[in-house]
Amino acid sequence: MIVLENVSKRFGTGVFGLTDVTFTVEKGEFAFLVGPTGSGKTTILRMLIRESMPTQGSIVINNWDIVKLPGNKVPELRKRIGVIFQDLKLLPDRTIIENVSLPLELSGVKSKDALKRVEEVLDQVGILEHSNKFPVQLSGGERQRAAIARALILSPEILLADEPTGDLDDATAWEIVDLLKEINLSGTTIIMATHNIEIVKKINTRVIELNKGALVNDKGHKKKEEKKEHQEEKNEAKSKEKESSTVKASEEQGGKEEKVSSAQSSGESKKDITDDFEEALKE
Amino acid sequence: MKFFKIAWKNIRRSPYQAFAAIVVMTLTFLAFSLFALIFYGSVKVVNYFESKPQVTAFFRDEANPEEIDALEKTLKDSGLVASVKFVSKEEALQIYKDQNKNDPLLLDLVTADILPSSLEISTYNIDDLSLVSETIKKAPIVGEVIFQKDVVSTLTSWTDALRKVGVFVVTLLAIVSIFIMVIIIGIKVAQKKEDIETMRLIGAGSWYVRWPFIIEGAFYGIFGALIGWTISVGILFYATPHFQNFLKGIPVLPLSPVFLLELLALEIVIAIILGAFSSYLAVLRYLK
Repeated sequence: MIVLENVSKRFGTGVFGLTDVTFTVEKGEFAFLVGPTGSGKTTILRMLIRESMPTQGSIVINNWDIVKLPGNKVPELRKRIGVIFQDLKLLPDRTIIENVSLPLELSGVKSKDALKRVEEVLDQVGILEHSNKFPVQLSGGERQRAAIARALILSPEILLADEPTGDLDDATAWEIVDLLKEINLSGTTIIMATHNIEIVKKINTRVIELNKGALVNDKGHKKKEEKKEHQEEKNEAKSKEKESSTVKASEEQGGKEEKVSSAQSSGESKKDITDDFEEALKE
Repeated sequence: MKFFKIAWKNIRRSPYQAFAAIVVMTLTFLAFSLFALIFYGSVKVVNYFESKPQVTAFFRDEANPEEIDALEKTLKDSGLVASVKFVSKEEALQIYKDQNKNDPLLLDLVTADILPSSLEISTYNIDDLSLVSETIKKAPIVGEVIFQKDVVSTLTSWTDALRKVGVFVVTLLAIVSIFIMVIIIGIKVAQKKEDIETMRLIGAGSWYVRWPFIIEGAFYGIFGALIGWTISVGILFYATPHFQNFLKGIPVLPLSPVFLLELLALEIVIAIILGAFSSYLAVLRYLK
């Protein structure tokens, strides 16, 4: 779980990158972080891996207080969070297989085991045949997949994607988004920073919107209390179901209930992405 | 092992910088080796003179054996003298012939008549030499006294001066090497700054980044020390016959191979420390 509380970031120039941002991302959630350029999306992602420190407020990831985390623990934190950087940050003088295996190398995994795992992940992202090529020999989409593979290689619980569709054509962008959704379905929490309005609109998931460093909208966020209630309702329904039907049937029913309640919940708190954001994007 | 591979890759990919670093290290260790060899040789020369009879008294031609025996007895009875050795004119000629056996011209000109007989006297305590020397000088049969304390003290002061100059020059070169290595490794760190940043962002610890550079610095040091040592030993072997001729009778050369290997081992240890320390400084400075 990721918790940001009253997080502000003031840069050396005196400009505020973030102002009093508070939100929580639950385990297994897929959240879009949207907003025009300079709204603070990347600043938040950078703070989540302690590349940058908040001037004020607290950030907690799975009980790790990022602000108070000692410097020697930072590499450990970064190994637990997969990041797809906006500029990908693939090492140009290493092959794809070497790039992707780098986090394993940093974690001290033996090269034989590492190779097996790398092939598995490259297969998952669909670029196994390019494993011995250098980044410069791949297309934009393939490079993006390589970056995703590197972010996934240590099976992180959290995946941060900074504009992963930024430089891609629509078709490739959707392939990447589908891949991320697939990864999310396996239980990985994903925060994806984007300003691709089409993708955000078409995927019905949580949208955290920032503007000029402030949180202006949090569409689809289930508050803790609401979640508790839903969970209790779900449990009740499940136990009733269990009494009257088979385990399989109860699971199916539970899933439907969940979907309904989730839809209701998101419907209640749903608010379209602010006009400001759409206008800013169009501009 | 992987750090060694990365370091080797870094060296191969920037051969000119590697060459510059090795040249600087070579100069430092060449100077180190040469001063070490000269210093070692001069210490051996001093030891040789210290172990030799400290005072030599040359007799006048008119000195008769009874007077010489009387002087020898007086010296022995003083209790200050460790040994007294009489060298006759014939023995002096033999010594002269041995020392100049390669120069027949010098041998032809000299006969036993023109060489004085002498007494070689050594004392238990070096401080007693002055007293013994003064006593001998008073004897009418003594023509000349060579007081080797002066030779030893002159040599010792030369050796001290040499050591000071050597330490100064080698220290200066070592400092210059450190600065140049910091610059060279610094350039390499700067070239790989983005890669390093990426590695750190995906969880590389500080030492994962530092080790290849430190190994690289140590490699330059070792390579420079090996070349510097080889050149100096080459110079030594080339010059040995000339020095042997110059240091007639003083057993300094050839130097023991064990000493040369010990010198190499010492240089390699210093080279590793110097190279690694320079790289560490560079990484520390450029990775801030």
